[in-house]
Amino acid sequence: MDIQKYIDGILNRDVRSTSRTISLIENQDSMAVEILKGLYKHTGHARIIGITGPPGAGKSTLTDKVVKELRTRGFRVGIIAIDPTSPFTGGAILGDRIRMQELSVDPGVFIRSMGTRGQLGGLSKATLSAVKVLDAYGCDYIFIETVGVGQSEVDIMKLAETVVLVMIPGMGDDIQAIKAGIMEIGDIFDINKCDRDGADRLAIEIEMMLDLKGHFEFWRPPILRTQASIGKGISELVDNIDNHIKSLEESGLLRERRLNNIKVEVENILMGELTKKVHQVAKESGLLDEYANKILEKETDPFTVSEIILSKI
Amino acid sequence: MSEKKIRVLVAKPGLDGHDRGAKVVARAFRDAGFEVIYTGLRQTPEQIVAAVIQEDVDVLAMSILSGAHNTLFPKVTQLLKEKGVNDVLVVGGGVIPEEDIPFLKENGIEEVFTPGTNTQDTIEFIKGHLKR
Repeated sequence: MDIQKYIDGILNRDVRSTSRTISLIENQDSMAVEILKGLYKHTGHARIIGITGPPGAGKSTLTDKVVKELRTRGFRVGIIAIDPTSPFTGGAILGDRIRMQELSVDPGVFIRSMGTRGQLGGLSKATLSAVKVLDAYGCDYIFIETVGVGQSEVDIMKLAETVVLVMIPGMGDDIQAIKAGIMEIGDIFDINKCDRDGADRLAIEIEMMLDLKGHFEFWRPPILRTQASIGKGISELVDNIDNHIKSLEESGLLRERRLNNIKVEVENILMGELTKKVHQVAKESGLLDEYANKILEKETDPFTVSEIILSKI
Repeated sequence: MSEKKIRVLVAKPGLDGHDRGAKVVARAFRDAGFEVIYTGLRQTPEQIVAAVIQEDVDVLAMSILSGAHNTLFPKVTQLLKEKGVNDVLVVGGGVIPEEDIPFLKENGIEEVFTPGTNTQDTIEFIKGHLKR
C-alpha cells in the first residue's frame, strides 16, 4: 500500500489505516517516516493529556471514566495505553483495555495499547509519533496512560501538555520516596480511591510540598479526589483539565511548552539517526573491532578512537 | 531497521466466569516474545473485532469454556469479514468437543486447542501460520 493512501486514510478517519500506521511506527518501518511527514501539517489540534502514577493507582479506570465524560461532552478521543515490555523475552501483556471495555465499540474513541519495548521513561519510542497520527486522525483529546511509574519516569512531561498525577492513599512513607522526581511533574494531582484511609493526610502532604515550591504565577496544581470505579469526582477532574489548558493558552505557556517539546522531538530524531550512523561507521565497517585490539594493546585509548570514529560520520 | 513483533489479542467472548486458562496462555505468549493484548472477561464479538482493528494484531486467540463456541466464534469471524479484515490468524481454545472442531474450522477458526494442549504447540502453530 502506498504512503499517500495511508495519509488519506488517516485524514478521512479510517481506523485501519490509522492502526496500521501506528504498527509501522512501532516496527520502525521506513514508510512510517514518510507518512508522518505527510501528516505533520495536519497535527496540532488535539490536546495531549498524560495520565501517570504508580502501578495500581487506577490509571486505566480513571482514563476510562474521564474519556466517557468527554464523550458526553461531544469530543473525539484517542487513548494510548502503555504497559511494560519484558526485558528478558521482549514480550508484554498489555492489559489496559480490560478497564475500557465499553469504549472499545464507541466509534468516537480510538484505543491503542503499546509495550515499552526497551524504553525506560514510562513511554515507548513510538508514543510521540502515535500521538501525531491520532491528532491527524481528528481526536480532540489524546490521553497517554504511562506504565505504572516509580520515581523517575517523567518522560510524559516532554510530550503531554497537561499531566495528571494519579495517587492513592495509604502508601504511607512511600510518599516521601516519590517526592523528588515524579511529584514535580503533576499539573493536576488526583487522589484516586479517595474513600480509603489516608486521603486527607496525602492531600495535606501534597499541599505542603506545593507550598514549599513557593510561587505559582499562572497555575497552582489543584489536588482533586476521585473514586474512579464509581465515577465520583470525574466531572470535576475533566473541568480542571480544561482549566489547565485554558491557563496554558492565556499565559502563553502552551506555545512555550510546545516549542520545548518540539526541540526534544527533533533532538530525539537526531539521536536516533546518529546512533544508526555511528553503528554503521563503527561496527559494520569493522572499525570498532580493529581499534578495540589497539586499545587493548594500549596503542591508543577509547577517547581518541571515539574522536576518530566521530570524524568519519 | 524493522523490528516486527507478533501482536496477539487474547479474548474471551461470552459469559465465562473465569479466565484462568486464557491468562496462562497469555503469559506463555508473553514469554515467547509476543505482545499480548488482554481484554478480560465477557467480551461481545463487536468489542473483540473493534480491538482487533484498533490494535492491528496479527493473531486473534479466543477462549470459551461455556459451550457457546459454535455461536460466538463464527460471529466474530463473520464480523471480521464484514470489516474487510482478512490477514489476521484466528485460533480458538477452551472446552470444545472434538466433533465441533470441523464446523469451527469451516468458519474461519484456523486451529482449535483443547485442554491439555502444550502452550508451546500453540506458539509454534501461530509462528508457522501468520498471514502477514
